[in-house]
Amino acid sequence: MVHYPAWDQDEARSIVSGLSHLEGATLPILHALQEEFGYVDPQAVPLIAEALNLSRADVHGTISFYHDFRTAPPPRRIVKLCRAEACQALGCEALVEDLAREHGIVVDSHDGHHDAVVETVYCLGNCALGPSALVEGELVGRVDADRIAALCGAQQ
Amino acid sequence: MSEAIRIYVPIDAAALSVGAEVVAQAVAKEAQARGIAVEFIRNGSRGMLWLEPMVEVETGEGRIAYGPVAAKDVATLFEAGFQNGGPHGLRLGPVDELDWLKRQQRLTFERVGVTDPLSLADYRAHDGLKGLEKALSLTGVEIVEEVKASGLRGRGGAGFPTGIKWKTVHDAGATQKYIVCNADEGDSGTFADRMLMEGDPFLLIEGMAIAAIAVGATRGYIYLRSEYPHAHKALQRAILKARNAGVLGASVLGSGKAFELEVRLGAGAYICGEETSLLESLEGKRAIVRAKPPIPALQGLFGKPTIVNNVLSFAAVPWILTHGAKAYADYGMGRSRGTLPVQLGGNVRRGGLIELAFGISLREIIEDIGGGTLSGRPIRAVQVGGPLGAYLTAQQLDTPMDYEALAGIKAMLGHGGIVVFDDSVDMARQARFAFEFCAKESCGKCTPCRIGATRGVELVDKIIAGHERPKNLAVLRDLNKLMTDASLCAMGGLTPMPVMSALNHFFEDFDRPPAERLPLAAE
Repeated sequence: MVHYPAWDQDEARSIVSGLSHLEGATLPILHALQEEFGYVDPQAVPLIAEALNLSRADVHGTISFYHDFRTAPPPRRIVKLCRAEACQALGCEALVEDLAREHGIVVDSHDGHHDAVVETVYCLGNCALGPSALVEGELVGRVDADRIAALCGAQQ
Repeated sequence: MSEAIRIYVPIDAAALSVGAEVVAQAVAKEAQARGIAVEFIRNGSRGMLWLEPMVEVETGEGRIAYGPVAAKDVATLFEAGFQNGGPHGLRLGPVDELDWLKRQQRLTFERVGVTDPLSLADYRAHDGLKGLEKALSLTGVEIVEEVKASGLRGRGGAGFPTGIKWKTVHDAGATQKYIVCNADEGDSGTFADRMLMEGDPFLLIEGMAIAAIAVGATRGYIYLRSEYPHAHKALQRAILKARNAGVLGASVLGSGKAFELEVRLGAGAYICGEETSLLESLEGKRAIVRAKPPIPALQGLFGKPTIVNNVLSFAAVPWILTHGAKAYADYGMGRSRGTLPVQLGGNVRRGGLIELAFGISLREIIEDIGGGTLSGRPIRAVQVGGPLGAYLTAQQLDTPMDYEALAGIKAMLGHGGIVVFDDSVDMARQARFAFEFCAKESCGKCTPCRIGATRGVELVDKIIAGHERPKNLAVLRDLNKLMTDASLCAMGGLTPMPVMSALNHFFEDFDRPPAERLPLAAE
């Protein structure tokens, strides 16, 4: 389980200035901020805009375009479940139903009632060993109902 | 002390996903307890993914494979003398003699699973860097001609001749040119790029360096999807090693020609697999597709001439330079030359990566090599070429893997991914998913894709619910034609392919009373 420090504007500023020399630095900066704090606080927008000589609208537009970037602190645990065709062929949608029915975990819902949030991703490149999930950077193959529940920390 | 026994345990993400790490730890612990000296090599995967974790041990008779190995098997393996290739229920035999490997023609993947992916010495010992050395002895025009003569076509899906793209960039006059690798392999059913980047990352680096030398580019980027954290680590380490060894940097292999290479991480947007979206993303913007022309070869990254190729396209080039264009072109059929790494996934018994010359039939791959479905039920549908590829019926599986042959049955080869479904699949639901995926992942720039995909979901819902079915089917066909004709890029333009193939080949699933539908479709 990853624990992130609280957002720190000075620390954020130093991350931004450390990467602003890169060509097309916006994504590397956003990734670095999210890696440090677990999310990109809206306070980062003017910092990035100023450092890269962009409008705030440009920076906000980039952050909001990509599925990966979050603008609020993350839940304690994120389980990324693949719901693309190869995993569908191996029953990932039944897992989604089972999670909701047995454990009250609704995929892609961030209602805050659970420690774990299950998010949809499309393809983790493990299409011969699906259904697949990615949990804290580790790929898990041949996921079944018990396994996904355990990954979510749900009671068996 | 006697010489250490060399044991290979894959570090490929798919192998790790089914326990390769705990197996490696168990082998280390057991060897230590028995006082057996072991040299561990964490290799890539051979591609026999149903056998992972597959452990190999080097013996006098070559490398002997055991698999799939679980941590609990390790003690009995040692008891059976597996460290000397001894007999055991999991013993598969000499790895080079395995039928799955023997029937392949591995050119691009010749080292994957064989070598230590992060050892440059191992890479060199297996003919690595010969292509780059050859390229440095040629002029840019000569390199481009060699790639053209090989018949290599972009392996990312569009199939555009690689040499012609390189020629355009070569001939463009500019002070700065770029080499960009599209490593945003987002298609379901494809994992060849991932396996290559994890299993032989120096090959991609070498291929990009050859491209840079050919066209006079000094900077390159690998745009990698964020869903591949293992590949990210492998590439970063390999680039650092290549730079330290002078393969990259101010003077590539001492030639005086500079090439700097960097990995850039995407952020979970499928559209970045579209080359112009990818360029926008690399520039730090929303990944909105660009209208073409101008083509990226002339005005690409930051407006400069840019080669944008797929991982497998770059990775094919070192072999071509090392062995000659003709040797490569001798593989294949018709206008599809060389080899294609086929990825077999979904509901299949023996899934994995198979590199073969173009021309093998889908049936041979799925039934003969793949062993049919994992569930043991009949095959109902096979999707070829990713989420924008067509669904084929079991009757169409005699079609060969070839760009033109698949186009002939209104399908596409794409990146060479095959996803197998058994008879429990509801094809109306798969058609709905194609639209849903397009609606979620559309960049939003053009109306046919942005609005059309959402309307498509609504239409399929109405058809499934039996609401004015004939009328809505007519609207659905019209919508598909519009999206095909009027979308700016492949996302909107090809979403009709899975939809129409589902509709045309599996009409019964669209024409069923709502009450008779499988439970999952009633969401």
